[in-house]
Amino acid sequence: MSSHYEAPIREPLVTGEKSYHDVTLDVVAPVEGKANKSWWLVFSIALVAFLWGLGCIIYTVSTGIGSWGLNKTIGWAWDITNFVWWVGIGHAGTLISAVLLLFRQKWRMAVNRSAEAMTIFAVVQAGLFPIIHMGRPWLAYWVLPIPNQFGSLWVNFNSPLLWDVFAISTYLSVSLVFWWTGLLPDFAMIRDRATKPFQKKIYSILSFGWSGRAKDWQRFEEVSLVLAGLATPLVLSVHTIVSFDFATSLVPGWHSTIFPPYFVAGAIFSGFAMVQTLLIIMRKVINLENYITILHIEYMNKVIILTGGIVTVAYVTEYFIGWYSGISYENYTYLSFGAATGAYAWAFWALITCNFIVPLTLWVKKLRRNIFWTFIVALVINIGMWFERFDIIVLCLSKGRTPSSWAMFSPTFIDIGTFVGTIGFFFVLFLLYARTFPVIAQAEVKSILKSSGDKYKRLREEHGDDHHVGEVEQFPASGGPSVNTEKNKSEEDLDSFGSNKENDDEIENALLDTEEKRIAAERLIDKVGEFDPKTQSEDNLEKINGLGPVTIQQLHELGVFTYNQVSKMTLVEYNDLDLIIETFSASVAKEKDFAGQAQKLKNN
Amino acid sequence: MAAKVLHAIYNDDDLVLQAVKQIKEKNYHILEVFSPFPIHGLDKAMGLAPTRLAITSFLYGLTGLTVAILMMNFMMIEDWPQNIGGKPSFTFYDNMPTFIPIMFELTVFFGAHLMVITFYMRSKIWPFKEAENPDVRTTDDHFLIEVEVANHSEEALVKFLNETGASEVKLID
Repeated sequence: MSSHYEAPIREPLVTGEKSYHDVTLDVVAPVEGKANKSWWLVFSIALVAFLWGLGCIIYTVSTGIGSWGLNKTIGWAWDITNFVWWVGIGHAGTLISAVLLLFRQKWRMAVNRSAEAMTIFAVVQAGLFPIIHMGRPWLAYWVLPIPNQFGSLWVNFNSPLLWDVFAISTYLSVSLVFWWTGLLPDFAMIRDRATKPFQKKIYSILSFGWSGRAKDWQRFEEVSLVLAGLATPLVLSVHTIVSFDFATSLVPGWHSTIFPPYFVAGAIFSGFAMVQTLLIIMRKVINLENYITILHIEYMNKVIILTGGIVTVAYVTEYFIGWYSGISYENYTYLSFGAATGAYAWAFWALITCNFIVPLTLWVKKLRRNIFWTFIVALVINIGMWFERFDIIVLCLSKGRTPSSWAMFSPTFIDIGTFVGTIGFFFVLFLLYARTFPVIAQAEVKSILKSSGDKYKRLREEHGDDHHVGEVEQFPASGGPSVNTEKNKSEEDLDSFGSNKENDDEIENALLDTEEKRIAAERLIDKVGEFDPKTQSEDNLEKINGLGPVTIQQLHELGVFTYNQVSKMTLVEYNDLDLIIETFSASVAKEKDFAGQAQKLKNN
Repeated sequence: MAAKVLHAIYNDDDLVLQAVKQIKEKNYHILEVFSPFPIHGLDKAMGLAPTRLAITSFLYGLTGLTVAILMMNFMMIEDWPQNIGGKPSFTFYDNMPTFIPIMFELTVFFGAHLMVITFYMRSKIWPFKEAENPDVRTTDDHFLIEVEVANHSEEALVKFLNETGASEVKLID
């Protein structure tokens, strides 16, 4: 048998003693359930923001770019800032799914699906800006090298803006197929569980008829690995090419060879911050705390510390080189009346505070394992990284080589509205995704369950590394064919888990401290019947209106577990329970008709 | 194939792997194994040939690179050798640094997409394809081994499969 050994020093990645089926149930719960009020509320807000942004975009395109706050000196501001910001956010998704796969990081499995979704939705937002910031967006197709009636007039392959077209479209499309291929087994799972015909139809189309054959899985894993190998250089190249928009120019402050790696590090930095923002909310809203654990959050915080450190080193390098180069323009951009002291000093210091000082707190273990603080830091980094792009773009443009063309920039409400609109659009897509897609790659989580699930880790700790749950006897089995059947095995499991059956003596000690109570309890059980855990399954008594968890706990101690038992109760039993259990009131029981409620629940 | 097959259902991945090895040892013929997630080492145990998808990807990548070089050489050097910002457009080599980003992107584009399409075609999966897993539980938490009965005794085979740990064994005509 294959070993699922994992060093005991590693914390479990899946908590809550999950089995394979539990994983399935937890993943499909949001898909099969109905959206709650808060989902609709947030969705409505996002939709309004999106529609507002759409209005701004239509207004811009039909009126002209002059409706933005741009001027002759500063021809790029919020448009390209937002573009780079969104592209950067997208990078974490590919990093998680591709780079961490190459490094065989198991913790990526619970977060990769959502991180990839985030990538795709963020790149869609980013892709809007290169189009809408054009003066004549209806001629956008001219960027493609298509044979045409102008003597076949081609594009110029020297421009980084054209490289952007190739980079972003390759990035979006490759991320999409990578994501989709990974979704096939999960869609197949939902398809096979679906009971409504419409849902079944939709998910069978989405799952491409995935059947999970051994050969399919073999190819699937190879494809995932090769795509990860291709996506890793892709993710590095895409933001590198985005950085070329600036680095290949002659503008002081832009012309810099450090930009490609520095932009990539910044992209991962901001992308992980966005993943944290989204996942911290998501794990709470759709109950995924057992899969996206505090450990995942800590690991992501460590990546944030690393990339934040790289970004900080880049800031320092830029400053040093600005001074060391001896070029007055560079010096001016960074030192004289430039970034830190000029008209945009507030933006510069916002950047330093948000990207350098605040993330430093994550070096403290207590803080990086604190969900609330992580959420705050993630938000701050998102803001800081927006300022980084704003500073690079606007600050360097505002004071160029000719003082007569120095200018300031202030956005109009259309600039702002468009940005808000993309945030709205992003959340519209993400919220729809969270309700219709399996948000956790269940096939992958199941494959690490035995090595990294807390149940299996505990069993290994108790029984040694060679212990296997549900191990069968080798052929031929000594006890005959039935030795390996379901029933025998589950008993075996129970033993290895340590018995949690109630001991009669314990009950007496806990609740039945007087002879009177003991008699009452016996009478009760005689009436309602005994509960046999071997043949019966326990019901959720919390569904009975008026029964609290404490009371239920004590009912369990008495041996009352099912609706059937409760439904047999009469006033006599209510009074007995009133006597035994402090929190139980016979009058409430009568008023709310526990027995009647249980009868209904039993029949459902 | 109208041949009789047995569907043995298991509920543990380690069990399946062990059962596959035992079935192979007994020289029964495994037609297919369906599982909800990849089982490490299953393809080796079943004796499946390694997949060649990575090789196809490499070849597709080379194709992409060639397309990029031919395209840019034709458009920038042969068809319209313009002076754009003083960039040397005399030969492809002269101006090659600015072509590298697109050469790279197209290599990745071709390598990734054509390989994925090849995967879909080879595994026969596409949007309106009907699923073929014989038991819906195999996408959740059950594992199914399809064994050909051929000229073996049915009873002996069923007994054997039970002994390998199958929780259910079904005969499919």
